[in-house]
Amino acid sequence: MKHQRNWALFFFLTPVILWLFLMIVLPHIDLLIMSFRVENDAGKMVWSLSNYTQFFEEPIYWRTFARTAVYSIIVTFLTFVIALPVALYITKVVAPRFQGFLTLLLLLPFWVSELVRVYGWMILLRESGVINHFLIKLGILNKPVEMLYNDVTMILGLIYTSMLFMIVPLIAVLESLDNSLIEAAYDLGANMWAILFKIIIPHATPGIVSGSIVVFMLTLGNYLTPNLMGGKNSLWFTEQIYNQFIASFNWNQGSAFGFLLLVLSSIVVWLGLKLTRQTLRTVVK
Amino acid sequence: MIRSLPKSNVYSIGFKLYIIFYFVFLFAPLFITCVLAFNDSQFPSLPWKGFTVEWFTANRSDRVGIFNDQINLDSIWVSAQVAFFVTLFSVVVGTCGAFLFEQENFRFKQPLYFLMLSPLVIPGVILGISILLFSNTLGTYFETSWNLDVDLFRPGFWLVVLGQFSFIATLVTLVVSARLKKFDRTLEEAALNLGANRFEVIWHITLKFLRPAIIGAGAVAFLMSFENFNTTLFLVGYEATLPINLYLQVRDGSTPVINAISFLLIIGTSTAAFLHLYFSKKED
Repeated sequence: MKHQRNWALFFFLTPVILWLFLMIVLPHIDLLIMSFRVENDAGKMVWSLSNYTQFFEEPIYWRTFARTAVYSIIVTFLTFVIALPVALYITKVVAPRFQGFLTLLLLLPFWVSELVRVYGWMILLRESGVINHFLIKLGILNKPVEMLYNDVTMILGLIYTSMLFMIVPLIAVLESLDNSLIEAAYDLGANMWAILFKIIIPHATPGIVSGSIVVFMLTLGNYLTPNLMGGKNSLWFTEQIYNQFIASFNWNQGSAFGFLLLVLSSIVVWLGLKLTRQTLRTVVK
Repeated sequence: MIRSLPKSNVYSIGFKLYIIFYFVFLFAPLFITCVLAFNDSQFPSLPWKGFTVEWFTANRSDRVGIFNDQINLDSIWVSAQVAFFVTLFSVVVGTCGAFLFEQENFRFKQPLYFLMLSPLVIPGVILGISILLFSNTLGTYFETSWNLDVDLFRPGFWLVVLGQFSFIATLVTLVVSARLKKFDRTLEEAALNLGANRFEVIWHITLKFLRPAIIGAGAVAFLMSFENFNTTLFLVGYEATLPINLYLQVRDGSTPVINAISFLLIIGTSTAAFLHLYFSKKED
C-alpha cells in the first residue's frame, strides 16, 4: 500500500515538475541572467548593469514604463466603476428569470478572440468608420474625424478587453450578499450611497481585489490593443519589449525590460493582496 | 437598490438605460463586424452597397473569399493543430496536477502550489520572451557541446505549443481540482477494499467522476490556445497562427475577408459557448 502510494505520487509529480521547471522556473532564471549580460567592445558577453542603467538614462524607456503603469491603474479603476452597476443589476435588480440569460449575454463577447473585438472597434471608430458615417449622415459633422489612434480610444479598447475579468468575480461575490442586510440598512434609514459604501463594497472586496489584479495584469501585458488602437505617441511598454527583441534584436536589453515589467506586475499584485489582507489562494477561487 | 425595496422612477429608468447602453457598448463592435462581412464593397466600411456572400465564396482577381483564401485557410489549420496539441498536453498534465495537489501529500507542496499558480500573474509577453530565450540557450548549448541542431529549440510550431501549454495547464489544473474537491473519497476506499489497486481506482472511478470537468477544461484550453496572441507572438516561426496572421493583415490595412473570418469565429465561438453552458447546466 505504502509502495503504491509512492508510485502514484511519483507518477503525478513528474509531469508537473517537468512543466513548472522547464517552462516557468528555468526560462525566468535565464531571463534574469540575460538581462545582466552585455556584449563588450571585443564582442564578448560580460556581466554588466548597463541594460538597467540604459533604462533609467533613456527618458523614452522609463517614461513609457511609467505611462504603462499609470494607464493600467486608470483602466483597472474605470473597469471597476463601469462593471459594478452591471454586476449589481444582474444579481440584485433584474427579475431572477432573466438572470441566467443576461449573464450568458454578458460573457458571450469574451469568447471571441481579442483581435476580432479590437478589429470591430477599429472599423467603428476610424476615419472611414461606421460612427463617422452616421455622424455625417445626421449632419453633426461635415467632414470625418479620426477617432482612432489616441489615448482615449486606447483606454476604451483596454477597458472593453478586460471587462469580463472584473464582472465575473463581482457577480460571484455579490450573489453571496444577503439581501436582508441591504433591506435592514434601508429600514434603518441609510441612503443609496451609504448602502453602497458601507455594505456592498465591503462585502464585495474579495471579488474586487481578484478582478482588479487580473485586469491590471492583463492590461499591463497587453500588446494588441495599444498597438492597434493607440497612436504613434501612445507607446506601451510591451511594444518596447517587442522592439528590442524583434526589431533591434537586442535580446539582453529586451530581457531587462521584460524583467522590469515582471517586477512591476508582481509588486502591484502583492500590494493589492497585502492592502486588502488577502492571499493568492483565496483570490484564485 | 434591490428588488424588494421601493425605488423612484427616475432611478430605475436611469439604471435600465445604463444597462442598455452597456450592452450596446458590448455588442456594437461584434455586430458591425458581422454586418460588414456581407457588404458588397471593397472596404469594410459603410455605405451599404448591397448584400453579398462573395467575401466567403468568391475567387476572382479583385476579390478572394475566405473559402478560397489559401493563406488564411492555412493559418486556421495551423491554429487548429496547435490548439489540439496544447489541449492534449495541458489536459494530461493539468489532471496530474489536480491529483497531485488534491490527493497527495509531500514536502514543499505549498511552494509548488504557488509556483503552479504563478503563470496566472505572469504577463503572456514575458512568458513568450523567457521561453524564447531559454530555448535559444538550450539550442546554442546543444549545438556547441554536441554539434546537434535541434529543431524544437527554434521559433516554430512546437515552441508555440509549449509556450501556450505553460499557462493553459494552470487553468486546467484549477478547473479539474475544483471538481476533484467534490469527490467522495469513500468511493475510492470501497474500491480499494474490494481489491482494486490505486491506478485501477483512478482509472475506473475517479476519472469517470472527473470526465465532465476534463472535457470542459479541454474545450476552454482549445479556445484559449486558438485565440492566443501575446505568447505566440514571440515564438512563432514561418507558420503563422490565425491570430498572428489576422494581426498582420489588420495592421497593414484590411479587406472584408477579415470580417468574413471574424463572422465565422463569432458564430463558432458562440455556438461553443452555448453548448458548453448547456452541458454544464445539465451536469448540475
